[in-house]
Amino acid sequence: MTELTLVQAINRGLQQAMHDDADVVMLGEDIGLNGGVFRATDGLQKEFGAERVIDTPLSETGIVGTAVGMALYGLKPVPEIQFQDFIYPAFDQIVSEVAKFRYRSGGQYPCHLVIRSPYGGGVKGGLYHSQSAEAYFAHTAGLKVVIPSTPADAKGLLLSSIYDEDPVLFFEPKRIYRAVSGEVPDGDHRVPLGVAKVVREGTDLSLFAYGAMVHPALQAAETLASDGPSVEVVDLRTLSPLDEKAVLASVEKTGRAVIVHEAPRFCGYGAELAALFAEKALFSLKAPVARVTGYDTPFPYALEHLYLPNAARIVAAVRTTMAAG
Amino acid sequence: MSAGTVPLPYDRAAIGAALGGDWEETLLAAHHWMTLARELDSRMLGLQRQGRIGFYGPATGQEAVSVAAGLASRAEDWVVPGLREQLVALVRGHSLTRYMHHLFANDRDPARGRQMPCHPSAREVKYVSMSSVVGTQITHAVGLAYGLKLHKESGVALAFFGDGATSGNDFHAGLNFAAVLSLPVLFCLTNNQWAISLPVERQTHVKELAQKAAAYGIASRRVDGTDFVACYSSFTQGLEAIRTAPGPLLCEFTLFRMTPHSSSDDPSRYQAPSWMPQALAHDPVLRLEELLTRHGLLSESAQRSMKEEAARLVKEAIAEAEAVGPPAPDSLLTDVRASGPRPEGPGPEVP
Ligand SMILES: Cc1ncc(C[n+]2csc(CCOP(=O)(O)OP(=O)(O)O)c2C)c(N)n1
Ligand SMILES: [Mg+2]
Repeated sequence: MTELTLVQAINRGLQQAMHDDADVVMLGEDIGLNGGVFRATDGLQKEFGAERVIDTPLSETGIVGTAVGMALYGLKPVPEIQFQDFIYPAFDQIVSEVAKFRYRSGGQYPCHLVIRSPYGGGVKGGLYHSQSAEAYFAHTAGLKVVIPSTPADAKGLLLSSIYDEDPVLFFEPKRIYRAVSGEVPDGDHRVPLGVAKVVREGTDLSLFAYGAMVHPALQAAETLASDGPSVEVVDLRTLSPLDEKAVLASVEKTGRAVIVHEAPRFCGYGAELAALFAEKALFSLKAPVARVTGYDTPFPYALEHLYLPNAARIVAAVRTTMAAG
Repeated sequence: MSAGTVPLPYDRAAIGAALGGDWEETLLAAHHWMTLARELDSRMLGLQRQGRIGFYGPATGQEAVSVAAGLASRAEDWVVPGLREQLVALVRGHSLTRYMHHLFANDRDPARGRQMPCHPSAREVKYVSMSSVVGTQITHAVGLAYGLKLHKESGVALAFFGDGATSGNDFHAGLNFAAVLSLPVLFCLTNNQWAISLPVERQTHVKELAQKAAAYGIASRRVDGTDFVACYSSFTQGLEAIRTAPGPLLCEFTLFRMTPHSSSDDPSRYQAPSWMPQALAHDPVLRLEELLTRHGLLSESAQRSMKEEAARLVKEAIAEAEAVGPPAPDSLLTDVRASGPRPEGPGPEVP
């Protein structure tokens, strides 16, 4: 075990994979000499060489498209998109190609790669360094979408993603790259994909969150602990495929659900969870499902503190939900 | 000026030939703006470090291009900026105070504090709002130019972008569309030789980025972007050529990035120590000052008072902007769409 920040844990995960498997190759903007703008790839080009840690020209479609070819050949590419906000030039590659290769070739051409990208607000990054675009990708069949919330999960989920057989969008909560640290197992630590985690047990209400939002969710649960309801917090960890069993079990136990994410509400990931509860757990529900999310606006700059869900907003939603039934 | 400055190679006759009749006035105006820009960059980077503004992207080393574009363009031209062209807006008449309100993202920011600093929007001078996404603006200039052509206006769309942007889709689509449709676009490629940590020789395998224009049937030229005289004359000539015979041109301005990429960057990780002396030798402000002094157009005292004046202007703008509070919470929810229901937002009870 080693105490690491979340970004260090990602760095160690990448290092482990590069060390264990010579077919792991990384490509992206500023990831080599500069070690990535957040230092997630710090030292890796030095250790593994410029052939396996490639500084590319400024083209996200170039990065992902080239990674697709590498994957078709049989390498294990781990492209980095510097900010998730800049993933859209590669959207065509991801949605039209990456997601559909296996299906359209009858399984002849699996396209396994791990696209890493920092996402989310709270860093004063304004419209284009703050977005949470997970729903676009979760909506696309053929992709897996993974978002860790702790250093140990970051390393373990990353390594599982690298050795998975499917394309994985691995989104890293940049706001807690350094703000969160914890014990991380050494070596080839794996955390299985598709498995949610109950990070706090409770009996009255379930909070569902992922990535950076797990922390204010936990904070809200703590705040309420002394005199309020007993709140369970479920960290989804993998958004697609969703661990349906785990989330339904939690709702069936508590009878109340509040979903938290930074992304806008309309057609956000929370809508899928709410629909799932309506379809499969309606008769367990004692109160309407609530969502605490970003607003249906672009991500702001000066007022990001108003935009981002925080513990106070989550507490308010929990209280309203408890009052409703 | 510093001992290492590479002098600009012009005698008076050559300057007159390049800049036209009122060349002395042009040079002094340029010097005023470049002095102001330099002061602005150094003050704002300082304020960013003190946490008084959130971010700053300096244009230090690129002032000659922006000032030349601002002075040589006309009111009917459109400016589609890249990352470092805010000065073009100022030279075209966007007020320093309004820009400062934007840098502080306060309640009087014309864009209501919605963007990171250095992303101003100034429609009154036809300076288009930019995103942080590298390259997407290049095709926008093409569409603006289409409008100009359709309405038989004599304006030109100036598209600015860096060396990094030449690797992206919009560069290729933009050049191709502009050429095929014969549109009045001046592609202004500011090659400061870096895209964050990537040097231009790793961005492209061609020796000169300007060569890329040939593949689209577009004429191009390479201009020393630290030489104000060369920049100004290439803008006046380029714009004139496009106005007379509509069709795109590309100017590659060769530059030296004199600062970190932005307030978030640490070039010591990737830049060789030999870079900065080269860059400093091509400081466009020092090169212009040397030229002005050599030709007796700038006394030491005039230079001093110009600097003092710039410092005063910037200081006053900072004081005014810093006194204004943040945008009203309500502004979070406006301008999303012109019609339709207003998005739900934070209630008054939310902290
Ligand atoms: C599409 C996209 N990818 C990545 C980034 C992150 N980024 C911001 S500036 C930059 C380098 C830009 O280089 P260049 O075009 O040469 O402009 P310069 O900064 O040198 O003026 C990068 C990679 C971005 N803003 N947009
Ligand atoms: Mg550049």
